[in-house]
Amino acid sequence: MSNTKLSPGIVSSRLSKEEYSNNFSDAYPGFTDYEAKVEADRCYFCYDAPCISACPTEINIPLFIRQISTEMEEEAAKTIFDQNILGGMCARVCPTETLCEEACVREAAEGKPVKIGRLQRYATDSIMSQNIHPYIRNENNGKKIAVIGSGPAGLACSHRLSMLGYDVEIFESKSKAGGLNEYGIATYKSVDNFAAKEVDWLLKIGGIKINHNKTLGVDFSIDELRKSYDAIFIGCGLQDTNKISIDSNTDQSIEDAVDFIADLRQINDFSSLPIGRNVVVIGGGMTAIDAAVQSQLLGAEKVTIIYRRNLENMSASKKEQNNATSKGVKIITNAIPTSINKQNGVHKLSLSYTEVEKQSGKLKELDQKFSIEADQIFCAIGQKFNNLLDVFKSNKGKIMIDESCKTSVENVWAGGDCVDQGEDLTVTAVAQGRDAAEAIHKSIISK
Amino acid sequence: MNLQSEFLGIKSPNPFWLASAPPTDKEYNVRRAFEAGWGGVVWKTLGLDPNIVNVNGPRYGAVWGPDRRLLGMNNIELITDRPLQINLDEIKVVKKDYPDRAVVVSLMVPCEEECWKSILPKVEETEADGLELNFGCPHGMSERGMGSAVGQVPDYIEMVTRWVKSNTRMPVIVKLTPNITDIRYPARAAFKGGADAVSLINTVASIVSVNLDTFSPEPSINGKGTHGGYCGPAVKPIALNLVSQIARDPETQNKDISGIGGVTTWRDAAEFLALGAGNVQVCTAAMTYGFGIISELTSGLSNWMKKKEINSISEIVGKAIPNVTEWQYLNLNHVTKAQIDQDLCIKCGRCYAVCEDTSHQAITKTINGERGFEVIDEECVACNMCINVCPVENCITMRDLEPGEIDKRTGQTVSDKYANWTTHPNNPSSIKAAE
Repeated sequence: MSNTKLSPGIVSSRLSKEEYSNNFSDAYPGFTDYEAKVEADRCYFCYDAPCISACPTEINIPLFIRQISTEMEEEAAKTIFDQNILGGMCARVCPTETLCEEACVREAAEGKPVKIGRLQRYATDSIMSQNIHPYIRNENNGKKIAVIGSGPAGLACSHRLSMLGYDVEIFESKSKAGGLNEYGIATYKSVDNFAAKEVDWLLKIGGIKINHNKTLGVDFSIDELRKSYDAIFIGCGLQDTNKISIDSNTDQSIEDAVDFIADLRQINDFSSLPIGRNVVVIGGGMTAIDAAVQSQLLGAEKVTIIYRRNLENMSASKKEQNNATSKGVKIITNAIPTSINKQNGVHKLSLSYTEVEKQSGKLKELDQKFSIEADQIFCAIGQKFNNLLDVFKSNKGKIMIDESCKTSVENVWAGGDCVDQGEDLTVTAVAQGRDAAEAIHKSIISK
Repeated sequence: MNLQSEFLGIKSPNPFWLASAPPTDKEYNVRRAFEAGWGGVVWKTLGLDPNIVNVNGPRYGAVWGPDRRLLGMNNIELITDRPLQINLDEIKVVKKDYPDRAVVVSLMVPCEEECWKSILPKVEETEADGLELNFGCPHGMSERGMGSAVGQVPDYIEMVTRWVKSNTRMPVIVKLTPNITDIRYPARAAFKGGADAVSLINTVASIVSVNLDTFSPEPSINGKGTHGGYCGPAVKPIALNLVSQIARDPETQNKDISGIGGVTTWRDAAEFLALGAGNVQVCTAAMTYGFGIISELTSGLSNWMKKKEINSISEIVGKAIPNVTEWQYLNLNHVTKAQIDQDLCIKCGRCYAVCEDTSHQAITKTINGERGFEVIDEECVACNMCINVCPVENCITMRDLEPGEIDKRTGQTVSDKYANWTTHPNNPSSIKAAE
């Protein structure tokens, strides 16, 4: 520990080895057998359970919980994987407080929903930790499908296609598979290399080949793929981020929170990653929260989230907001950054307060201003396509799909963050990948 | 509130006795129980020397809830496995030190008059307050012709009770087994033989579980198991019914009953008293939570009595008996309908599942097109299953229809007249009203 929380500027080694390891350990460790049984007993096995329809992948939640309560974790896991082959990761990263657990009748009854996410992790861990893959693929049907991207959508699609007997070839621009599961999730939500292990486990189905470092538009084109494959699935995510421009009289740059999170996931030694003493994160979504919390965990003295609207408008859930503030992050709402100055060697970020105009609903910059110290500034105001492929019809800057995840181009389906439907969540991507696979199968066998 | 209890003239500061079982097997336990505040004990069953032996493996099996709450327990333990004289000596000193507490001695010896004649003077010598004849144990001892082997044959009960009564001055309680078809016969036999009271229930013959790896019943002794005696909260409903039957039987009504079986809280005790028990005996609850529960039992009962303006235990005894009747006398003109409080409903749909799948299809699953559950009065027979499965207390309740209202299911006007099965037209043997 050569530096401390109070060391000025952007430096590494602010904490001790123990502090780093505590800070980045499993945030919500798995249930013990006893905890799982007691929690499972809280489930009412509702009729036409609201939690099922609240889950984008429609897992039969009461059934898997009942299977846990009868000590059949493996069967419970199968119930989950039947609907969501990435049920292991979803158990860790799903914002359950806005999905299944929000719909749980116990939330209505007592404000304490059944801890569905943690029970799901208990079930999925039970067979993944033994490296048991519970599916075998159908006999090979001689058809080949190309999948672009090995994130949640691409993996879910590939697995389902393989089960149905297809050979799948994945084209992945990065050196590791997993997409945002590997590069985009807070470290303490996916410890012990879980994302990579999950990919290895999923690939045990067989029939799936991943070509790494192959980027769409650089190394290959959709048209080329269409010639050699029976169908194409695009799950390429969003490669670019929205930028903010702030007047500056200094050389300080605004960093991309997505890159920061990705770097943190790939690092082995947390002490080697420099972090500012005063960190400012601009944005109101999960990326902003993850960047802010992890800045704090890396030893920043003060971390501030700046969001232009109020708390209710933040896309990060209340639970995530509370997680951030409990770690010491300060959330300033209704403010936008205007300029950066350097005074006496310290970077100052100037901000203006905002309010929503009642009539127009537009955000208005107010005259009241303030400033905060900001050694390091991260921007987390959304992701976007770098060059939206003009072969597709698009909507809101994303690929337009129909209910079966089909794009406007013949034989091309798509899902995940790159499409115009659904929320940008891992679980939504899995649902779309899975449904696209079924749609591809239906389309091929009907020919 | 004065909880003073008098049972067969045996006084105790409260009506809570520890039942004959491991908690009352020796002086050490009984002293601690009395210090904690228990009103009395029935000392664990004494037998003739040589003292019996117990298994050296597990003696108890259990049924747990998912949170490990002990719902039911069974045991294959036998009567005391300590020499007779040791027990007698300890009983004597304990009684001497706690003269205000009830000390009753449980006995089980072979079905020969000589055996009883030999042991009775020794027990009298301890100056204990009374005797309890263990005709109830369903396991182990019954194979040797004792315990429930006696309790299952009314003639034996009468015979042995008579032997005892003619050889002792002490009050005699006969402890009955529930493992019979009709409890009234053994109870009548006990009183015919001269018993001063009966106590019930002893444990219910049971196998609590089978180990699905070894295929041995549990508790398992070297890979084998045997049936045991089931007790604890799970058996309370059985016990309440049997107690009430004796309290209602014209041949035994007004006889003294000591209520046993799953008494865990003051509420359970009050229910036993209301159904005719003069006091209660507790075992499993004390074994589960320790002697300290006596404070909850006594304070709870006394608080409830205060609220109900009941001044003595004897006022409670049998208070519910006039309301226990036969099915045929229930009022068929009493009509109720379930109703769901929409403000309390959490929309779990359990009422819908039970009604739709297994009952009368009398609950909707939508209200104005939205998820919601409502009773269809035209279909509701008021079976109560929706209430039984509803996780929210008082969310579903039964509403009594007023006389004059229309029962939408039958289309008939609710009558204010009482009418039961005995006069119902569908009853082939109904009694016709005089023309």
